[in-house]
Amino acid sequence: MFELLGIPPQALFGQLLLGLINGSFYALLSLGLAVIFGLLNIINFSHGAQYMMGAFVAWMLLTYTGINYWWALLIVPIVVGASGVVIERLMISRLYHLDHLYGLLLTFGLALIIQGLFRNQYGVSGLPYSIPAELSGGTNLGFMFLPNYRGWVVFASVVVCFATWFAIEKTRLGAYLRAATENPTLVGAFGINVPRMITLTYGFGVALAALAGVLAAPIYSVNPNMGADLIIVVFAVVVIGGMGSILGAILTGFGLGIVEGLTRVIYPEGSSVVIFVIMAIVLLVKPAGLFGRTQ
Amino acid sequence: MTTPSETGYRSAAAALPIGTPRHHVVIFAVLLGLLLIAPSVLYPVFLMKVLCFALFASALNLLLGFGGLLSFGHAAFFGSASYVAAYAAKAWGLNPEFAILLGVLAATVLGLGIGVLAIRRQGIYFAMVTLAFAQMVYFIAVQAPFTGGEDGIQAVPRGKLFGLIDLTSDYTLYFVVLAIVFGALLLIYRIIHSPFGQVLKAIRDNEPRSISLGYKVNRYKLAVFVMSAALAGLAGATKAIVFQLASLTDVYWSMSGEVVLMTLLGGMGTVFGPIIGAAVIVTMQNYFAGFGAWVTVLQGVIFVASVLLFREGIAGVLAKWLKKPL
Repeated sequence: MFELLGIPPQALFGQLLLGLINGSFYALLSLGLAVIFGLLNIINFSHGAQYMMGAFVAWMLLTYTGINYWWALLIVPIVVGASGVVIERLMISRLYHLDHLYGLLLTFGLALIIQGLFRNQYGVSGLPYSIPAELSGGTNLGFMFLPNYRGWVVFASVVVCFATWFAIEKTRLGAYLRAATENPTLVGAFGINVPRMITLTYGFGVALAALAGVLAAPIYSVNPNMGADLIIVVFAVVVIGGMGSILGAILTGFGLGIVEGLTRVIYPEGSSVVIFVIMAIVLLVKPAGLFGRTQ
Repeated sequence: MTTPSETGYRSAAAALPIGTPRHHVVIFAVLLGLLLIAPSVLYPVFLMKVLCFALFASALNLLLGFGGLLSFGHAAFFGSASYVAAYAAKAWGLNPEFAILLGVLAATVLGLGIGVLAIRRQGIYFAMVTLAFAQMVYFIAVQAPFTGGEDGIQAVPRGKLFGLIDLTSDYTLYFVVLAIVFGALLLIYRIIHSPFGQVLKAIRDNEPRSISLGYKVNRYKLAVFVMSAALAGLAGATKAIVFQLASLTDVYWSMSGEVVLMTLLGGMGTVFGPIIGAAVIVTMQNYFAGFGAWVTVLQGVIFVASVLLFREGIAGVLAKWLKKPL
């Protein structure tokens, strides 16, 4: 077998795969944040908590009602997305006329409430969620061993990201959405119900987070804190990418996951901070972010 | 589109005059009087905790309420100062005043580093950038050899102030902490009411206009960021000496959130609001300590209620009622 810079290829590809998995979650979550930010102009701080809710609802469906993983993939985003719709109608919609920071503070408070409630009910030790039978085991690719479920997560994430990009950039509904992002008053004057569109957009962003949660449930243990630290890394991803473009959010997410995986091979101690270091460099060189537009 | 001044945010601060209104002098005097007799009624360690967090929240308020910059990463300064002070007092056996000074220095340097980068973005991006850098500081604190990882730095000696006054007694220490915090609060008051503070408020209310008037806006923002970081560091370092402990809790994002909550609840952009907010939240944490995660839930509820129902905060509501700026 060949070696690269004295690193055994198994370790290299293993970490790259892990990076790609993390990247899948960064991409899904930053995509949701970008979609919500585009129309609502708020940063959804409860995104991490809603991702955690997704994993928990999947676990509850399996444990209490026996509904399996595949149905959970469909049901969970709808259920959690609906909770997002309620939150938007009852609370967030009251803040649009105020400074955007209030949206951040409100959703931070919501995140504390959601996490606290789940911690009370389920503790912090984490609950197991087994990999669905169809995806257990792995495939030998010759140069490395690929666990099937992990391959599926990357595939599913790419498909969902592409579908979202397609829906926003290439469909009629997406065109309305982009128009409302530019000028909500004018779009409203054309007879489109902008407030309802805003509500559904928030619900959709939350549903994306919940879907990421279901995908994550078999990989990471299901626990109330799973979203809290992740969301801060995703914020850094968002700052690096800039929230100007959907494609930008996706590419930055996957790219940074891979960079993180590579760092884990070359300099393991630096892997937890590498994204923040990249953020510092991007702020120095291109403050608006790699794909961002200067306001 | 709304201009920043129309958004209603930090409106409670708008009317603060340049000079020192008489009722502020009265409130400071009453506050000092109450704090001097308080340890005979209340547990001094609890009071010291309130004082440290009152300073921490006031430091954040200097940046948020008067500079208009929401930092969601102030735990980085609080925590790093706490670690440095604890380490200096324990490993090097420094006197508490030098340990605290070193802690403040560390927070100032860190504030300069993070501030230079963070002020390149505005609004919610600023909040996200500061939060992300604070998380980086947290990860470093988890891994660095001198922080003690999960255990933190425990059993930090309180030592002797100036090598003379033994601080082992909670009562002696209380008056030292009171002097530090009260001095720092007066300093913040002075900064807010100085010409520098007036320019800050102008930038907060209308940044493009301040630029067109010839102010180097970024220098003002950086200066207030570093001041705020240094004062947050003073709070953190003092806390490390009081509790003889520096731990990961001090640098975690939940600490940053807590101090934002104290400022928001008390009243952003008011002089006395953060002190009230800190007292309320610390008291709540003390009484609900046995209820586990319900404290987190309750904090979340207060956050949501503050944002939706009374954005002026407690001091803002009182100020409206008294028709005097607080």
